[in-house]
This record gives sequence, structure tokens and C-alpha cells, in this order.
Amino acid sequence: MLNVLAQLGRVGIGVLERLGRGHLLLLGILRGLPDLLPRPGLLVKQIYSVGVLSILIISVSGLFVGMVLGLQGYYILSQFGAEQTLGVMVAASLVRELGPVVAALLFAGRAGSALTAEIGLMKATEQLSGLEMMAVDPVRRVLTPRFFAGFISMPLLAALFSALGVVGGYFVGVGLLGVDDGAFWAQMQAKIDLHEDVFNGAIKSVVFGLVCTWIALFQGFDAVPTSEGVSRATTRTVVHSSLAVLGLDFILTALMFGD
Amino acid sequence: MIHSRTIEILVGAFMAAGLVAFFFLAMQVSNLSASSNGEGYDVTARFDNIGSLKVRSPVTMAGVRIGRVSAIGFDRKTYEAVVTLRIDAQYNVIPEDSFAKIFTAGLLGEQYIGLDPGGSEKYLQGGSEISLTQSALVLEEIIGQFLFSKAEEGGKLE
Amino acid sequence: MVGSVDKQVPLVSIRGLRFSRGSRVIFDGVDIDIPRGKITAIMGPSGTGKTTLLKLIGGQLRPSAGTIHVDGQDIHRLGNRDLYRLRMRMGMLFQSGALLTDINVFENVAYPLREHTNLSPSMIRKLVLLKLEAVGLRGARDLMPSELSGGMARRVALARAMVLDPMMIMYDEPFTGQDPISMGVLVELIRALNDASRLSSIIVSHDVQETSAIADLIYVISNGKVIESGQPEAMINSESAWTRQFMQGLADGPVPFHYPAAELAEDLLGESC
Repeated sequence: MLNVLAQLGRVGIGVLERLGRGHLLLLGILRGLPDLLPRPGLLVKQIYSVGVLSILIISVSGLFVGMVLGLQGYYILSQFGAEQTLGVMVAASLVRELGPVVAALLFAGRAGSALTAEIGLMKATEQLSGLEMMAVDPVRRVLTPRFFAGFISMPLLAALFSALGVVGGYFVGVGLLGVDDGAFWAQMQAKIDLHEDVFNGAIKSVVFGLVCTWIALFQGFDAVPTSEGVSRATTRTVVHSSLAVLGLDFILTALMFGD
Repeated sequence: MIHSRTIEILVGAFMAAGLVAFFFLAMQVSNLSASSNGEGYDVTARFDNIGSLKVRSPVTMAGVRIGRVSAIGFDRKTYEAVVTLRIDAQYNVIPEDSFAKIFTAGLLGEQYIGLDPGGSEKYLQGGSEISLTQSALVLEEIIGQFLFSKAEEGGKLE
Repeated sequence: MVGSVDKQVPLVSIRGLRFSRGSRVIFDGVDIDIPRGKITAIMGPSGTGKTTLLKLIGGQLRPSAGTIHVDGQDIHRLGNRDLYRLRMRMGMLFQSGALLTDINVFENVAYPLREHTNLSPSMIRKLVLLKLEAVGLRGARDLMPSELSGGMARRVALARAMVLDPMMIMYDEPFTGQDPISMGVLVELIRALNDASRLSSIIVSHDVQETSAIADLIYVISNGKVIESGQPEAMINSESAWTRQFMQGLADGPVPFHYPAAELAEDLLGESC
């Protein structure tokens, strides 16, 4: 019985320790911002590997998710004779929920795991120690640019996802199923609100971008410096980021849309 | 290793694409251009019952959207709902004796305010009050009345 | 610097160093003096924490007790800024080379210059090519680290460690896993660089032959303590049986060949019962 309690206590302490280290790391990363500003080249390079390399998966998924929404939405709405509102349904679900959330999940899988693996390998091959001994702070030099690259890329990727999703829904709804072109756009424009829907969705994606990048960097930086440790850290990145995104999505949705 | 200039170009293209997507959402999907929020004037109208009318519900005239509901209040003395309508600035020739009714879009749709123009030479301006109003039709009441009258008819027949 | 004037003060002086990882004690009261301008070797069997010692000297780890003074400064009492300033004058050669894998050889060597100086591109180019020439890899400047052999990677890392003209270089197991030719090259390089640039060198290694060929002073550590120290010749013919076993590479001695176990006969017979 006491053993079980002790085991539980150890787990709890371990979790708290990791959380503490994670927050200290975040502080260190943010402190590196003044060093980053005069060297935008570092940021551009990281936006390339974090953002540009994720475009393909994000846009293809966005297009298909929109097309599926178009099909399913049409099927349900036509039972109530409300096909005209297909545009509203597609756009609202994309802009409010699916855009930020699915893009963040894909981002965690594509860019987050790559970041963890990269940082973990740099640690395993002593590159981070090497930087330290060259009197270069690896947190500021390696982690900070990657963090802000994630921060910038994620909202753009989510916007791409939503926009392409709307286009996908338009193709299916208007092109394939014969919903009226004007009604599709007009209903959408009447019901989707810039502040309520588009901005709140954008805020969500910014938060998800921060959290996913932070988790990925921390897992890489905190990884056991062996090949096994790095592969475990990569898995943890995807699992933790996904759970964090879904949990935060609930909280943010409740805060934003729950009256 | 890709040349750094290529990377810069690709990153630029990525950011441009992201911004274009965002503008697409802002302009095409949510129609920023039509929701001219700032310009307009406020008029008030009192209703006995506003049903499920909400702030931001549309105000229409002959089916054309000319404004939005900007605030809903409650008069504690008269027990009436006080609805503030923000009419877009370009619709500045609405007769003072226009009739404001609360309609429902479709059977289950949301409620909106429709204005029927009157014959007055004077026009509504900021701060005016629309005195002719008709409350929302509450479905339960209509059904109740219908059943009541049916029951009465049935009573007569027996 | 006050310390640099006085040639008598050792470059690195370690007093009463204690360090443990979890419950495992790695150093238990270690005193070491690293003299200036010499090559000092710290030797011992695998797993005695030799790399840990270098990380302690570099200030990457904190000891649980004891002090380490580098060039007169207590390295674990320095603020971040002073620590980084001191590290610029320390070079470290990691076992793997620790080259940055996403930039080529030239950029790797140029990296400390770009980070810490405002030299013009042509000046950086000259300095980098000179250092690469010194390790014989000027022709390999456009290769990526993944295209280098282990020995070449270490030589590039050596050029990088030297590019800021440090006062000391720490070598972490520079000879392990090298073929005889690159081993010979590295031995030559370490000696030549130490003498030409008036460096002080610390080598951590368990390769007895190569290390004793170039070291001026050897410390042997085992089980968290310094067993013996002295010049290489004296160490090979040491009084201590342990040191002799280690330096001459004997299979049996104070460190037994057999892992502790019951008597062989008992073990073999026991199974049939």
C-alpha cells in the first residue's frame, strides 16, 4: 500500500520536475529574442524547415477535409431542405475548429517530430555541448529561432488549411452537387463573422503553434542522448502535442464561444 | 543543401500564401466589406416581445439588409424590450412612420427586423424612435391559440 | 589577466572535487593541477568519469563540493557572461567531433569567429584557411561533416577549437576508434599545436601508448580518486601494482580478470544437483 503511494509520489514529482524544466526552458527561449532580431536569416532558415516543408501535407489535407465536409454536409442539410447553408457549415467548422485543430495535429506530426529528432540528435552527437564550449548558448542560438519559426508558421498554415478547405467544399458543393453558387457564398458571408469566427480561429492557431513548438523543443532538449532516447522523445512529442491541442481547444472554445 | 536564396524565396512565397489565405477568409468567407460596422445612425424601437432576436441580427427593408441590431435593453417601467438598430449611413431616407416587425427566416430560422416604409415626409435620423412595432410571433403561443380555438369549435359541435 | 602573468600558478587547479550522479559517486576528493604550456594527460579505465571531469572544468556541470580554478578564476562562481568569456579562451575537442551537421567544414571552423568577432569576411576566410591548413584539411573545406571520416572530423573540430586562439584545449578521448594512420596524425598534431601555439593541453584518454608518447604529466584516476601522478616513464614502472597493470595493459592484477563469482568447481557441480 505504502509502496503504491510512494510510486505515485515519484511519478508526481517526476511530472512536476519536467514541467518546471519545461517552463525554465521557455523562459530561456524567450530571453533569446533580442539576439534573434538582428539576425533574421536564422529565422528564415527555420521557417523554411518548419513552415514551408509542412505546406504540402497541410494543403492536401485541407482540400480533402473541405471536400468531405461538403459531401457529408450536403447529405445531412438536404434532408432539411437547407442545402443553401452548406457554405456556412463548411466555413464555420473549418474556420472555428478544424482549421486550427487539424492543422496543429498535422503540424505536430510533421514539424514537431522533426524538431524533436533534430534537437535530440544534436544533443546525442554533443553538438549542443560543443556550442556551449564555444561560448554559444544553445538555447538562444538553436531553440529560439525554431520556436519563433513555429509561432509564425502555425497561424499561416492554419489559414491555408481553412482557405483550401472552403475551396474544397465549394468544388464539391457547387461543382459536383449543384448547390447554388450565389447562395453558397452569400449565406457564408452573412453568417461568418470576422471577429467571432476568423479572428478567434486565428488566436487558437497561434496558441496551438506556441504549445506544439514548445513541446517539441523541450522533448528534444530533454531527451536521453541516445538513439533510443531520441526516438522515444519523438513519440512523446506527437502524443503530448496532440493531447495538449485537443485539451486546449476545448478550453479556448469554451472561453470564446460559450456565452 | 538548398541554396539560401532559394530558401528565402520559398519562405517568402509561404508567408505570402498564408496571408492571402487569411485575407481570403476575412474578405470572401466572412465578407468584411459588407459588414460596414462603424458608419451609420442609431434608432430605437420598443417591442412587447422580441422572441429570440439577438444583437447583430439583421435589419431589412424590402428584403435588403440595411443595418443590424446593435443593442437590446429592457425598460423596467413599461416592461418592454428596447431594441437599438444601427442603420447604415447610406439609407438615410426612411420615413419616420415606418413599421418595424420581427420576422422569422423560414420555419426554424433566426429572427430579424423588417421595416415597412410609411408615408411621412420626415425621415428617421440618429436618436429617433420607431413607434409602430409588431412583436415577434412566438410559436408556442400560436399553437396554443390554434388548439384553444379548435377546442372551442369542438365544444360547439357537440 | 592577473593569472596569466604568474607562470608559477597552474592554469587549472582542482581542489577537493566531489561529484555524484544520482547515488553513484564519480569523484570523491580529487586534487589535480594542470601546469601551463604542457600536455597533461588524465587516464583511467572506462567509466571513471574522465569526460565528466572535462565538463566540470568547462563549467557545464557543477560539483557537489570542491573548487575548480581556471586561470585564477573560480569557474563555478562566475556569472554567465564571465563564464562565456572564459570559455572563449578554452577549446574542447569532443569524442565525436561535435561538428554542426547542417553546415560545411569551412562554416564550422568559421562559426566561433562569426559568433564572437566582427571580422571582415576576407579576414575570416584567411583565418579559417590557415587553421584548416594546420590540420591538413584545407582541401576539404566544402565537404559536409557527414562526408568526413572520424579522424578527419576530429581534425576539423580541432581547427575549430583553435580558431579563437585559446589558452588551452581539452581533448576528450582523441585516439579512440582511430586507425593507426589517423591516430599517428592526431598524436603529431596535438604535440605540434601545443608547442607552436604555446597552448596548454589536457588529454583525457585510456590509450596508454599514444598518450604517454606525448604527455608531459600523467594523472591516473580510478574509483573517484587520483591513484598516482608523474611523468610517463615513471608511471610505466610504478611502484603501485594497479598503475603498472593499467599502464602495461596486463589482463590480471589488482583489477581481476574474473567478475566476482563462486568457485568454478562449485558452480559446475552445483548444476547437476
